[in-house]
Amino acid sequence: MRDDTIPTSELDSRSAKGTRLKKSRPARAGYCMPDPAAALTDKEIMKHVPVGSRVLDLGCGDGRLLEILRDVHQCRVQGIELDPQEFVGCVDRGVPVIHGDLDHGLPEFPDDSFDYAVLSQTLQQLKYPKRALEEILRVARRALVVVPNFGYWRGRLQHLLGGRAPVTQALPYEWWNTPNLHFMSMYDFRDLVERLGIRILKELPIIRGQAVDRAWAANLRAESALYVLERPESRGANRS
Amino acid sequence: MYGNFPSRLCPEPAAGEVNGRSLWRFARPIMSLMSTELIEESIPDVGPRSVGLVSTQSAILFAPPHELTLANSRRLGPITVAYETYGTLSPQRDNAIFVCHALTGDAHAAGYRSKEDLAARKAGWWDGFIGPGKGLDTDKYFVICANALGGCQGTTGPSSICPETGEPWGPDFPVIQIPDIVDVHAELVRSLGIERLLAVVGGSLGGMQVLEWAARYPERLAAAVVLASCPRMSAQGIAFNAVGRSAIFNDPNFNDGRYYRDSGPRAGLALARMVAHITYLSEESIERKFGRKLQDVEALAYDLIKETEFQVESYLNYQGRRFVDRFDANSYLYLTKAMDYYDLAQSYGSIENAFAASQARFLFVSYDSDWLYPTRQSKEVVGALISAGKHVSFIELHSAKGHDTFLIEVEQLEALARPFLERTLEVLRRPAAS
Repeated sequence: MRDDTIPTSELDSRSAKGTRLKKSRPARAGYCMPDPAAALTDKEIMKHVPVGSRVLDLGCGDGRLLEILRDVHQCRVQGIELDPQEFVGCVDRGVPVIHGDLDHGLPEFPDDSFDYAVLSQTLQQLKYPKRALEEILRVARRALVVVPNFGYWRGRLQHLLGGRAPVTQALPYEWWNTPNLHFMSMYDFRDLVERLGIRILKELPIIRGQAVDRAWAANLRAESALYVLERPESRGANRS
Repeated sequence: MYGNFPSRLCPEPAAGEVNGRSLWRFARPIMSLMSTELIEESIPDVGPRSVGLVSTQSAILFAPPHELTLANSRRLGPITVAYETYGTLSPQRDNAIFVCHALTGDAHAAGYRSKEDLAARKAGWWDGFIGPGKGLDTDKYFVICANALGGCQGTTGPSSICPETGEPWGPDFPVIQIPDIVDVHAELVRSLGIERLLAVVGGSLGGMQVLEWAARYPERLAAAVVLASCPRMSAQGIAFNAVGRSAIFNDPNFNDGRYYRDSGPRAGLALARMVAHITYLSEESIERKFGRKLQDVEALAYDLIKETEFQVESYLNYQGRRFVDRFDANSYLYLTKAMDYYDLAQSYGSIENAFAASQARFLFVSYDSDWLYPTRQSKEVVGALISAGKHVSFIELHSAKGHDTFLIEVEQLEALARPFLERTLEVLRRPAAS
């Protein structure tokens, strides 16, 4: 259970014991205000999702991305979200959503039930990222994964000069109050993907809020990166 | 001998098992004050969020020669159906919501049937969830609730008079199944001039009916809300139902179900209710509520014959006795059997198949302390709907209150149901608007 590892009442509206819904959620305008970074990432993700695809968004928040994919790209969408208030946000957008914890796998989801899985800024928060990646590519043939890059120079500098765990604009959390459990760089992420035999169709470093096709010293300069991953054909969709 | 507990508990609301339980913690200090207040006042205001005074209506359907063909091929008709409605049907007739009640519920889901009920705050069984501005908002929707076939609160059941004999049906009433219950309600809805419902909503046995609605009448509902329910009764569920039926069968006054001239199997039915009632709670809630507290005594008597020393004993006895006054033992047998027989996957080949033609949006809610209809069972249907590519949302909510949570903690449901229904109606109206 992630609850054991993230004692973060500030971050989390989950109660210690389980899911409770407050009677009323914050007014829609409050959470509808687009977070500029998130909106940008959404835009990047949309570029890689063909019209009419079946899309699963893991950690879909209030369903903002899925709503656009449904309305603009005519996608058949499904969200998964752990936070109960965000869950209600999805319902409020008419986005179908399953309350669940990615660390428990996706047992309700059959093999190949989606064309694309989206995992945006979530992998580093999971207890078992390797297992999650395998599950995701069982359920969908392709995955769009956005991960923070802990090789980013500001973080390195803070660590090197200040001798402290980095707190940057992209990673604004203090070490004792962060949803992030894993601190990997682009190199590290690539290692894992290769180890799993997953194909990287695209690697787009996100530098100063812009996803770029190619960049020099990306592992130093990018705050995060967008990956388009594909399950190797040979392995099929067999459950491991 | 253990009579004073209930009268202090609450002024016997129809949904008193709900109100009574949730109020239990405060019952002793507060209720005595409240009841005096109510007596001193004139008729109290119904309050802004109540549907107010309501009346139960009845419809006669399936009159011969158009009898209903039951799942077991027997024919039944005419069938009387007791129902209530709240709110106003829109001119487009697209805002109707049908509520399916659970095992011992009835058509009286909200509001007050009389001024006396109002004075005593005896509201319908889901009054917290149905009303202006509530989960099922009667300012926006037209809500219908009807007593189930085989029941005993106005709809034809084993205690009704058989037209051929002029006597109560008793054990000669045909065995009914959940599809039969749904068929009768679907006909009622049609007779009210509603071709398509905005939603069908229900918990527990009511949730099983919602699933059957979606499978059987895929074109007649735009949304399905299934609370604390399952696609088939578990072995554990059947086991508890079997114990309840056994208690009734073994009552010396049962008389093979032909007891309507006498008092009937009151002790057996009360015992059945006591057992069932435990399954609706959770270990935690029962512990919190009662612990080892004693009822009306200072110390244990160490006396085998004394039936109610512990509060929990007194409470269960009370629940059992009160149930007998409003429920028929044969109905209990027929309806629990209908529950046990239900198996959605078996009827349709698979759950995916059952919903193949459905265009409905589904919302499932389960509760983490519900051990009678555990989350796993809701998830089974959710998984099948995902496989079938349907619009499905699911959440497991936290509560200490066990299976009955869906009747009690209506605020959580309200937070989900309101946006869910609003969006569904929006989508429903969109093509017509453009």
